[in-house]
Amino acid sequence: MSDLAIGGVMPVAHAPARTAVVYNEAVVRKFTIAAMFWAVVAFLVGVVIAAQLAWPQLNLGLSFTNFGRLRPVHTSAAIFAFGGSALFGTSLYVVQRTCRARLFGGEALANFLFWGYQFFIVMAALSYVMGFSQGQEYAEPEWHLDLWLTVVWVLYAVVFIGTLLKREEPHIYVANWFYLAFILTVAILHLGNNVALPVSIYTAKSYNFASGVQNAMIQWWYGHNAVGFFLTAGFLGMMYYFIPKAAGRPVYSYRLSIVHFWSLIFMYMWAGPHHLHWTALPDWTQTLGMAFSVMLWMPSWGGMINGIMTLSGAWDKLRTDPGLRFSVTAVGFYGMSTFEGPVMSIRDVNSLSHYTDWGIGHVHSGALGWVAFISFGAIYYLVPVLWKRERLYSTRLVSWHYWVATLGIVFYITSMWVAGIMQGLMWRAYDQFGFLQYSFAESVNAVHPYYVIRLIGGVFFLSGALIMVYNLIQTVRSPSTARREALPAGVAVAGE
Amino acid sequence: MFRHELIEKNAILMLVLTLLTVAIGGIVEVVPLFTIETTVEHVKGVRPYSPLEARGRDIYVREGCYTCHSQMIRALRDEVERYGHYSIAAESMYDHPFQWGSKRIGPDLARVGGKYSSDWHYAHLINAQSVVPESLMPHYAFLADTPLETADAVARMKAQRAVGVPYSDEDIANAAADLRTQADPSADNTDLLKRYPKAVTVPGDGKQPTEMDALVAYLQVLGTMVDFADPANEKPRQ
Repeated sequence: MSDLAIGGVMPVAHAPARTAVVYNEAVVRKFTIAAMFWAVVAFLVGVVIAAQLAWPQLNLGLSFTNFGRLRPVHTSAAIFAFGGSALFGTSLYVVQRTCRARLFGGEALANFLFWGYQFFIVMAALSYVMGFSQGQEYAEPEWHLDLWLTVVWVLYAVVFIGTLLKREEPHIYVANWFYLAFILTVAILHLGNNVALPVSIYTAKSYNFASGVQNAMIQWWYGHNAVGFFLTAGFLGMMYYFIPKAAGRPVYSYRLSIVHFWSLIFMYMWAGPHHLHWTALPDWTQTLGMAFSVMLWMPSWGGMINGIMTLSGAWDKLRTDPGLRFSVTAVGFYGMSTFEGPVMSIRDVNSLSHYTDWGIGHVHSGALGWVAFISFGAIYYLVPVLWKRERLYSTRLVSWHYWVATLGIVFYITSMWVAGIMQGLMWRAYDQFGFLQYSFAESVNAVHPYYVIRLIGGVFFLSGALIMVYNLIQTVRSPSTARREALPAGVAVAGE
Repeated sequence: MFRHELIEKNAILMLVLTLLTVAIGGIVEVVPLFTIETTVEHVKGVRPYSPLEARGRDIYVREGCYTCHSQMIRALRDEVERYGHYSIAAESMYDHPFQWGSKRIGPDLARVGGKYSSDWHYAHLINAQSVVPESLMPHYAFLADTPLETADAVARMKAQRAVGVPYSDEDIANAAADLRTQADPSADNTDLLKRYPKAVTVPGDGKQPTEMDALVAYLQVLGTMVDFADPANEKPRQ
């Protein structure tokens, strides 16, 4: 039974004789710890800057505490530090297990990936607060850090692809398709968007090669696919391994995995221009971006259906395994965000939603509901396995985390919906004489209560993460059971 | 019949097909923007930033102003009425990087130039709430206390020239003088205005420009370069 592939199509007879493979789990443990550490940092900085938006005195007037410099710290910590560490960790875990091969490149290279990536994160965060920024969203690090990340990323690709090549399993498991697409595409995006000329080899300041409208298009080709590949494809890889694993069921549909994989990675790359509707970007590009964004709804929901339906026959597990509850709720949020996204990409909707807090709400239903929740699910699953503990310290605390965090998300996204739509409507409102009805400052005033509610949502989400950290520390501190063969119960998804 | 198994069993094939699949969208959307001439319709008035404005722009980028302010007025009735003529591509053609932004926590700045006096900008940057009580903007008083690093102004201009900003040799030779002149109301700015029409002289102390001086000079030129009342700009050249 352990050789079951997705959809049960892989013939068991083809499996080679089983040899004991010793996986490199040390690097996965390191990335897991880093992911939780950065999760707390990202949420904490998020809470701080949310508070600054509610009460601007909290900016303190110091260069390094002002919103403009802290906001990239928050986004980078959330996406690259927390999300990135979770992706590194789970991808290196999944690729070994599903290929039945030890990580390519040996201990030293794996450790370099870890420390090299952490070094990048720390340097990037420090550089933002010290005032070094390329001034492009989610691509703020200056050229020298970009070069460093390129080295780390190429080696990451070498390790991952090397492991795929030395696999003992005939098939490459579906989770690895998504991880592979994530690694390759992020490399292309990173290189494409960061072509810049330094003022001199000794200065951090550089000027981007492209300017104006072309720069804008390249930036949002990058920016939207940072969402599509970093925050979607990578985490779909996570979904395709950990949900079947925790549910003890094979992936719902093998065919759907294929269709949704290829259509998703193809269409995402076209969707960037929806960030530039009604701007100086040519209409043809806007229209293409809108059309593909709407079409993207289908592959996205293909993935959602495949993830959720994997639970069929195992829905009862949601009652006993709160970790799995995180994963499944994550897929639900994924479905919601990937419906909301196409709606917002329609030019007429976008004329209202763009530049408002609706966008912020949309991003957070994806980042908190999907990215963070699917990671929490995977980490709750991984920690007992990696540290060879029979179970988590407390499933009750997982439940608490789940409800506190979910409530936090609800506060966050509903307040941002209301604030965003209100801003959009106020900015375009006319009075009876045909004049604009509101000054900009009035719209700022009007959203204050919602900024406070958003802050409360963020505090809830942060509190949940702290509960999780406590639970995981207690799990690791509990006596080792050293019976990992028996763990975890349930069917293997591939090659284990 | 095609079997996906082929791809699933061959890591290199999967890698190559994935690369091809993800390359198409970007190529189709990005490459034509460099080749189709109507993408950026040239209009009269757009010029490179003066040395002081350019340094101010660096500070705008450094402080992350784009996280709260857009510089892109969309072609929508209410935006045009609130902020002025919708932004055209040529107006940001020398912007490395572009600062169109994606969120308006504060108002759009694409045409903020000339809307307020320079003194207003100083007061607003030092303490935004003193002039706009509702404002969420942080205080940037430290910019007024920080002398502007001018030693590398020429190197910065040369780097921008290398990526396509048409600074002439003369512009670069006069950079140091232009930089001081624009922050010194008592200086003669005839040459400066010849090189950089509509450059606004900011009320510096005449000795050492501050970062605040540079930032205000930048803000004051935003959106003012193109004269949309000029009939010559009705039919943009390509």
